Amino acid sequence: MIVMKNVRKEYENGTDALNGINLEIEDGEFVFLVGPSGSGKSTLVKLLTGEISCTDGEVHINGFDLTTMRLSRMSRLRRTLGVIFQDFRLIPNKSVYENVAFALRVVGAKPKKIRERVEYVLDLVGLVDKKDHMPGELSGGEQQRVAIARALANNPRLIIADEPTGNIDPELSREIMQLLVDINAKGTTMLVVTHEDELVDRFSKRVVMIKDGKIVRDGTGGYYGHE
Amino acid sequence: MSRTAYFIKEAMANIFGHGFMSLVTTITIIFCLIIMGSSSLLALNIQHIIQSLEDENEMVAFVDEDLSEEDARRIESSIRATANVAEVQFMTRAEAMESFLEKYDDNSLFRDVDESVFRHRYIISLNDIGAMESTQRAIARIPGIAKINAHLEISRGLVTLRNIITVVSAALILILFFVSILIMNNTMKIATFNRRTEIAIMKMVGASNSFIRWPFMLEGMLMGLFASLCAFLLLWGGYRLLNDLITGTLSFIRIIPFDDILLPVLGIFCAVGLVEGVFGSVGAIKSYLRV
Repeated sequence: MIVMKNVRKEYENGTDALNGINLEIEDGEFVFLVGPSGSGKSTLVKLLTGEISCTDGEVHINGFDLTTMRLSRMSRLRRTLGVIFQDFRLIPNKSVYENVAFALRVVGAKPKKIRERVEYVLDLVGLVDKKDHMPGELSGGEQQRVAIARALANNPRLIIADEPTGNIDPELSREIMQLLVDINAKGTTMLVVTHEDELVDRFSKRVVMIKDGKIVRDGTGGYYGHE
Repeated sequence: MSRTAYFIKEAMANIFGHGFMSLVTTITIIFCLIIMGSSSLLALNIQHIIQSLEDENEMVAFVDEDLSEEDARRIESSIRATANVAEVQFMTRAEAMESFLEKYDDNSLFRDVDESVFRHRYIISLNDIGAMESTQRAIARIPGIAKINAHLEISRGLVTLRNIITVVSAALILILFFVSILIMNNTMKIATFNRRTEIAIMKMVGASNSFIRWPFMLEGMLMGLFASLCAFLLLWGGYRLLNDLITGTLSFIRIIPFDDILLPVLGIFCAVGLVEGVFGSVGAIKSYLRV
């Protein structure tokens, strides 16, 4: 569950990236976070993943109060999250299997559990047969599916996907989005940042739109709503 | 695979996976260790030479001329019991005269000199010539000792020289140690620069700082250890060559045989290599962990 109360983020150079953000996302929800470039979407994601802290306000995520949390404890929060990036962020010199297994190793999972879980999530994203490949040998869509498998590895309560289809062609984008919707149907909360209106319109989900650091729309419907 | 086995596998994979940077780092440690090691060995040898000069700087305690040889010999136990006395050698009048005459090629002038002119004496060498003056005073108080000849000015000079060399070499080695840590740290920074994305990914999936640090630390340790063994072998070879050269040309200089210092040098090299490897690698990734 995500709760943001009166969140303001001002960068050191004086840029007011977010101002007065109030947002609640319940467990099991699927939410699109949309908005034009520079609207504050990335800042919001960075706040949620603990990469930056807010200037004012409160951020609670999966029971952690990020406002008061020490940097050294941030790893505990991240273990309850799955994060998917536009540029996949796979470790280039590790195989598909190792990239996914890595997320389990950091939480101290037993070797047997690692084997079983990696096979399971790779099967879920349809990449079991490519488990020994290196990321460089895969297409963009496949790399993103590996990133999704890695995000799923620890069975997180929440997945944050930051422009997950930004680097892949439209047809594969729909596949990836459908995969995220299917994962959400199994109970994982999903926050998907995107600026692709066609995809948002296709899946009728809750849409939160940010503009100039403020939430300007929050409701179900297409990218621009039905107003 | 257990966590430890995983860390070791990761460290090995990192060393060979980033072969060029591993090579640069290892060469840097070898270079730093050889500079530090040769400076230390130079300082050690200078001290060794001074030490041998110090050992030659003995005191001579003359026994009261009224005492018989038997009485004179009785004093030996008191001299031996004096603090700072390392060795005591008794010399009779006759031996003293003989030793005196040996110094001159043409000793016909002294042929008629009677041995009673000489006194029984003790040749005393000390543990620490820095305390020569107090030892001299203590021995002078022993009944039966008439006079003591001690080259206090030479002992003071040698002690001052030894102290200066000790301080200068210690400072130099310390500076070299920190400089090499700095060089090592910078090399490791360059080596880990390409791996900052990898570290960022590790952080993002919830890896704790220690989980990320361990493979880097092991990598640093392994490279440090390997580099120290290489540096040790190179220094050993160089030292032996120099030893042969000096023995052949400047035979009056006695340098410390490498076999005498082999184990301490190896131990210190391994320790310094490990410390440099660990601190260098951990220091280099420190800034990437603050996310």
